Amino acid sequence: MSAELIEIAELVTSWSDSDEQVEAVVTSDRETEVRAYEGEIESLTVAESQGIGVRVIKDGRQGFAYAGTLEENELLEVLSEARDNASFASPDEFSGLAVPDGVESVSLDVYSDGVNSLATSKKIDYAIELEKLTMATDKRISGIESSEYTDVVSESAIATSTGIRSYSKESGCCLMVYALAEEKGETQTGFGFSIGRNPEELDVAKAASDASDRATRMLGSTKPKSERLTVVLDPWVSAQFLQIVGSTLSAEMVLKGRSLFADRLGEKVASPIISLIDDPTNPQAFTATETDGEGLATRRNVLIENGELKMFLHNVWTARKAASASTGSAIRSYASTPGVGIQAISLKPGDRNPVDLIAGIDNGILIQSVTGLHSGVNPISGDFSTGAEGLRISNGELSEPLREFTIGSTIQKMLKDVSEIGNDLEWLPMSSAGSTVVINELTVSGS
Amino acid sequence: MTEIQIVSSDLLEEVLSSAMESGGSFAEIFLEDRRSTSAVLDDGLVEELNNGRDRGAGIRVVSGETTGFAHTADLSASGLHKAAEAASSAARSNSESVVEVDLSNESIPNMSEIETLPRDVSKSKKVALLKSADESVRDAGLPVTQVAARYGDSHRVLQIANSEGLLTGDRQIRSFFSVSCVAAGDTGMQTGRESVGRTVGFELFEEVNADEVALKAATRAVTKLDSVPAPSGEMPVVVGPGGGGVLFHEACGHGLEADLIEKSASVFAGKQGELVAAPNVTLIDDGTMVGEWGRFAIDDEGNPANQNVLIEDGVLTDYMWDWQRARKHGRLSSGNGRRQSYRHLPMVRMTNTFLASGDADPQEIIEDTEYGIYVAQLGGGQVNTATGDFVFGMTEAYLIENGKLAAPIRDGNLIGNGPQVLLDIDAIAGDFAMGSPGTCGKDGQGVPVGDGTPTLRVKRLTVGGTAT
Repeated sequence: MSAELIEIAELVTSWSDSDEQVEAVVTSDRETEVRAYEGEIESLTVAESQGIGVRVIKDGRQGFAYAGTLEENELLEVLSEARDNASFASPDEFSGLAVPDGVESVSLDVYSDGVNSLATSKKIDYAIELEKLTMATDKRISGIESSEYTDVVSESAIATSTGIRSYSKESGCCLMVYALAEEKGETQTGFGFSIGRNPEELDVAKAASDASDRATRMLGSTKPKSERLTVVLDPWVSAQFLQIVGSTLSAEMVLKGRSLFADRLGEKVASPIISLIDDPTNPQAFTATETDGEGLATRRNVLIENGELKMFLHNVWTARKAASASTGSAIRSYASTPGVGIQAISLKPGDRNPVDLIAGIDNGILIQSVTGLHSGVNPISGDFSTGAEGLRISNGELSEPLREFTIGSTIQKMLKDVSEIGNDLEWLPMSSAGSTVVINELTVSGS
Repeated sequence: MTEIQIVSSDLLEEVLSSAMESGGSFAEIFLEDRRSTSAVLDDGLVEELNNGRDRGAGIRVVSGETTGFAHTADLSASGLHKAAEAASSAARSNSESVVEVDLSNESIPNMSEIETLPRDVSKSKKVALLKSADESVRDAGLPVTQVAARYGDSHRVLQIANSEGLLTGDRQIRSFFSVSCVAAGDTGMQTGRESVGRTVGFELFEEVNADEVALKAATRAVTKLDSVPAPSGEMPVVVGPGGGGVLFHEACGHGLEADLIEKSASVFAGKQGELVAAPNVTLIDDGTMVGEWGRFAIDDEGNPANQNVLIEDGVLTDYMWDWQRARKHGRLSSGNGRRQSYRHLPMVRMTNTFLASGDADPQEIIEDTEYGIYVAQLGGGQVNTATGDFVFGMTEAYLIENGKLAAPIRDGNLIGNGPQVLLDIDAIAGDFAMGSPGTCGKDGQGVPVGDGTPTLRVKRLTVGGTAT
């Protein structure tokens, strides 16, 4: 297949005229999804999908078109649509495709044949076993909303008329379970997951016990009073906040006047204990990738170092506009033009473990989940408030569960209010890793 | 019907028959051919014009409680047979049978009337809308530093056939326009957004003036430059006309979807016939509302759209149903089986969900509120249907002080519990309006939905601000 994808991309770019640049992104995915319910298969999906996206730049004008097929007669149509579309765009002197920049891509081991070689019956067993184990973890678990095994093998090739050639193939698999817990007429929910490149890495027991813990720990929860206090984010929550912070550090946001960090390079924008790194070359990240969405090598980018803002993330267009160089941070699917964004972001870990951090807090809340983060954050003004659940921290110990409240601040203030970062670091099924993070002061809105 | 024929009915019969060969009890082919256009202007430049085409078939075979599903972009006879085989082997049934599928039940849907198909409109006309919107904001002398405008249209042709003999289809046209502005002042940057979207063709822009959409977005951003931090804690919340649909979508809409009811993953399970809301609350989901964003002739299982009363005078009357859940309960689908694309299995989804008008006077509702907040525009939301806890963002809101609208407040979230909020609605006005077009996400699938409300007041919601 690899040769095939590259050949298709090269075929399309070979049709380019001498006065235009052409880029073709070709992808192919094969996926399996098994859902179990009450010991039976609820649904089993097996599917392959392909797609191509073509970008044409002529006289500084960019056009784009895509199709969810790789049939040869459609390829020509996609190219001609992209060409036609280019004629309607405004000329932009900074438009242009990537050219080879001499940066060697790291070699990442992100494909394993395990996903392919595992029999479908074994994949079914995973989903059924996950449901069964989760039900058995605690007598308060009253039902399973969904229990599923999914896997995917994805391949992607990029070729341009400017000399870019890239190809990648990766595999991934995931167990995901949503459990319902019930006690005294009250219901709570919790999820658990396990991810890997190879089914052998999947930990059914951990996914089951995490879901059970998350669901049962909230039973009997109450709503806290509104107050300002110290808040601890667990890794699952801090990883989601890092994604928001990361989105404000895209040069596209900066150049278009939409980043609260524009003009602040070199300034102290965060607590001195914060170093924020986006490193898609780190094989531990599930989103690790050798090349970015424009076919350039990915690299390790230190965005904030000891509280000081060091750089923004660039793709080719933002780099040209800012007279800088791409940081290998183009992100896209075959159906879109490249944007700019984080790929595998994490905080540099601190020295102390999470238990010690909590032991030092007299009155606070450990936040274990947030909801509505995206609707509650304005990444341009920096204001945020999000629904939250968690446990009260009293005299250094975790106590009763709390729910139906929000936590709020601004991104700017929160970064400065970080007082501790734990020595834990967990890569999660998103483009970020989480750590335990202590924030001196946040506003809690409850009753 | 030719405009909704993607493959011949003879081939569909043949593929369905072979899908049933291994003993399934139901087989369905969902064919989709979708073309979409989007154009984006940002930072003064038309950045791109994007055309896309996605065409393929999703085939499901049901055997007992198990669904096998496969999809393919290959619509040739061999491509469809291969997918049918994959779906039927996934359904793993054990008995063999011979089923001749005869597509005798050809159903002609009540398709939307479209005046001007977007594909018949030149690209330059679409791009001109963007430029005009941008210029109208820049010429207005407002402290707006950035304008981003987006035009989008989609032309979705469906053809659906199943082993019960159904053969039907639909042609769904949607047109969309949105503008986001950034305003800058001494207090930093603020944002404003406005969007319109309808299941109509390019005639949308005869109904709606793109420049006015842009100015609304700009005004929203500029107004917020004077905003104060939102209060925190529980207080009365008045939601303006059209602004509150997402509240009901989250507070109870999802909880009334039969797939969640069946798994006891909703606080509304087992509550049919009970009083679940204040007696003035009537909530309706209606896929037939002409022109609205969640409108269609048939759902993605081939069942006609319906008007379904979910809550009537505070009493829970019915849930929303798809084919699978309805079959289990020996009833008909309510026309709520939807899917994002041929690559997805259908499930129970809302269409246009709205709260019926009451008889209060909107102005009096505000005057009767001594202290609280007034929300003119809500952003996205999220709900945990099992607990009923939900959140949604507010993107245009004001303080209410002594019965009068006061300072604008900064963006934040509202949080509440669905069943409690339904009981806490203490005033509903007669000024019904539909809200902005939305995309509802569930299990990773997004579908277009509409919502609407008149002005209403919730006695008590938790406002997640930062002021104390």
